[in-house]
Amino acid sequence: MKSENGATPPNSKPKIAIFKLASCDGCQLTLLDAEDELLTVLGAVEIAWFPEATPRVLKPPYDIGLVEGSITTHHDAEYIHQVRKQCRVLITLGACATAGGIQALRNFQDLGATLRKVYTTPGSISALKMSTPIADHVPVDFELRGCPIGKDQLLEVLGAFLSGRKPNIPTASVCMDCKRRGNTCVLVAQGASCIGPVTQAGCGAICPAWGRGCYGCFGPMESANTASLRDKLVELGQSDAEIARTFRRFNAWTWPFREISEKAERSAGEARP
Amino acid sequence: MSQTRTIKVNTLARVEGEGSLYVRFSGSHVSDVKLKIPEPPRLFEGILEGRSYEEVPDIVARICGICPVAHQMSAVNALEQALGIAVNPSVRALRRLFYCGEWIESHALHIYLLHAPDYLGYEDVILLARDHKPRVEAGLRLKRIGNDLMTLLGGREIHPVSLCVGGFYKVPPAAELKKMLGPLEEARDLAVETARFVSRFDIPDFTQPYEFVALAHDEEYAIHEGRVVSSRGLNIAVDQYLDHFVERQVSHSHALHSSIRGRGSYLVGPLARFNLNFARLPEGVRNLAAEVGVTPDCTNPFQGIVIRALETVFACEESIRLIEEYEPPPAPRVGVRPHAGVGQGCSEAPRGLLYHRYELDEKGLIRTARIVPPTAQSLKRMEEDLYFLVGEMAGLPTPELTHRCEQAIRNYDPCISCATHFLQVTVERA
Repeated sequence: MKSENGATPPNSKPKIAIFKLASCDGCQLTLLDAEDELLTVLGAVEIAWFPEATPRVLKPPYDIGLVEGSITTHHDAEYIHQVRKQCRVLITLGACATAGGIQALRNFQDLGATLRKVYTTPGSISALKMSTPIADHVPVDFELRGCPIGKDQLLEVLGAFLSGRKPNIPTASVCMDCKRRGNTCVLVAQGASCIGPVTQAGCGAICPAWGRGCYGCFGPMESANTASLRDKLVELGQSDAEIARTFRRFNAWTWPFREISEKAERSAGEARP
Repeated sequence: MSQTRTIKVNTLARVEGEGSLYVRFSGSHVSDVKLKIPEPPRLFEGILEGRSYEEVPDIVARICGICPVAHQMSAVNALEQALGIAVNPSVRALRRLFYCGEWIESHALHIYLLHAPDYLGYEDVILLARDHKPRVEAGLRLKRIGNDLMTLLGGREIHPVSLCVGGFYKVPPAAELKKMLGPLEEARDLAVETARFVSRFDIPDFTQPYEFVALAHDEEYAIHEGRVVSSRGLNIAVDQYLDHFVERQVSHSHALHSSIRGRGSYLVGPLARFNLNFARLPEGVRNLAAEVGVTPDCTNPFQGIVIRALETVFACEESIRLIEEYEPPPAPRVGVRPHAGVGQGCSEAPRGLLYHRYELDEKGLIRTARIVPPTAQSLKRMEEDLYFLVGEMAGLPTPELTHRCEQAIRNYDPCISCATHFLQVTVERA
């Protein structure tokens, strides 16, 4: 890898740092779950910061920073700027870092009330009102989708940035994966609540393969037609409240999903006596 | 007079999630121990409110990427109790098999990638693999087989999609499961080698008078259901959990501390399970335990790595048994008619007892949720281990003592992502 800010001198291994913010650990675990490739990957790079695997700390700058987790505290909102400065390339891993994650469901709630439910003295808890993606705070070079991310996509993105090429990550909908896998369409055949038609591919369409609707782990695909899917879900008998919940899962704070869930919620509110 | 010393580790490494530790002592007198959990709150109990019972297994999986099946299983146990659902015995067997996959994966991860470097004097698995490559590769192979089993039953190993209230969305044909027999036999042999390998480690001499707490079951080594029992005579149904255990918020942590009412800290996890349920292990595993020198009165937490390896052997053997005896259920799941109710469920996450409780309204929407993960139950006990460890080993130079403290924390295989931020608090009244 060529160095622009002196991250790595020529002929030495690229330095990789893996950071964790508010998250479940699953996306960084995906790297450790690449059992067959792990020793090769770890041998090809210099791990500079990855507390889950090693106490070793190498001085910044780093060639690639991978960030798991969303911004939910004042501390992390400042820390991410420091991380950005340390990394020549910054890649977000998964729905938390890329879309605010499941914890962004708080964005639709009253945080004070939620904190009071969980802690006796909520005043001592540092929490922002919103859970937000990394790109709301600093520029991001690549956003890898998924809850969790896919192992193959992670290796593809790492390989691409290490060799200076563009990552090959498909942006079509889950429907494409379903067709490739030979799944029967659960939306049409079973009338299952499936948001695969507006969700980016990447998981291999596992939910439809298991006979259930896609629940949107990889977030909205490009120019997703959520309005048309909403009509279809209404036709299948879903209530507005159900539709709002359907789009409020792990990528709830992305604009296409948020817009549709807020519309459904307003409509549910108007329908109430 | 002895000088006051402090041990500080700002970022604990080789644990899941982020924490720090601080110990202040003078001579062998320890004046302050803090295991700090700065991980940001994710407030699961709040965001579960108003969600449908059907969505809960998918949501709670996201509490933890390391033990999603544990959270899903405790949740479906609780919700099925609330809704009065009994699952088919074949579905029950498949759930146990699914959970064995998580035990194999998580234990192999902890033994090889996180804990073994401590005993062998390496900074991490990268350096360990330089000198012991075949051993690390064997560990990764073992881990992979656990993951493959989870993927077969759940679609993927992290946040699997198959488990639901009433059963599974889909169950595999018997022929697909049978294909796992070969790999699982290989995994069992790898796990036996692992137990022998880790038993030769230089294990620090340190024992504590723990109260062990785990699920127990009359017919099996409890994994996915049972009664809550302890080494000091507690023996209760899961429903009575909250009558006996309390959580308290402490100023230095976003995780809450658990204790047994009237007694104090307790220990969950492999050591507790092994000691309490030894008689339910298959004979081969009990013999192997004798061979590698652990007995069911083990009170040394540094032996945890050996017991984790023995549990891995057990999980492989149990998986083989379950697959050999498997007959597909008449239907993957039973129908559910939502109604109001309260249910509680426990299961044994790889790192210990995991409690879930839900209150549903008449439409099956969550009114309240409460989750007590194993690491939150262990935090108080971890601090006490540090307190006594530093007291006993105060003669060591600070860097070595610091390393011992970190190793002692890793004995628990703590999952800080799990421990943070969920518990709904019971206020301790005087």
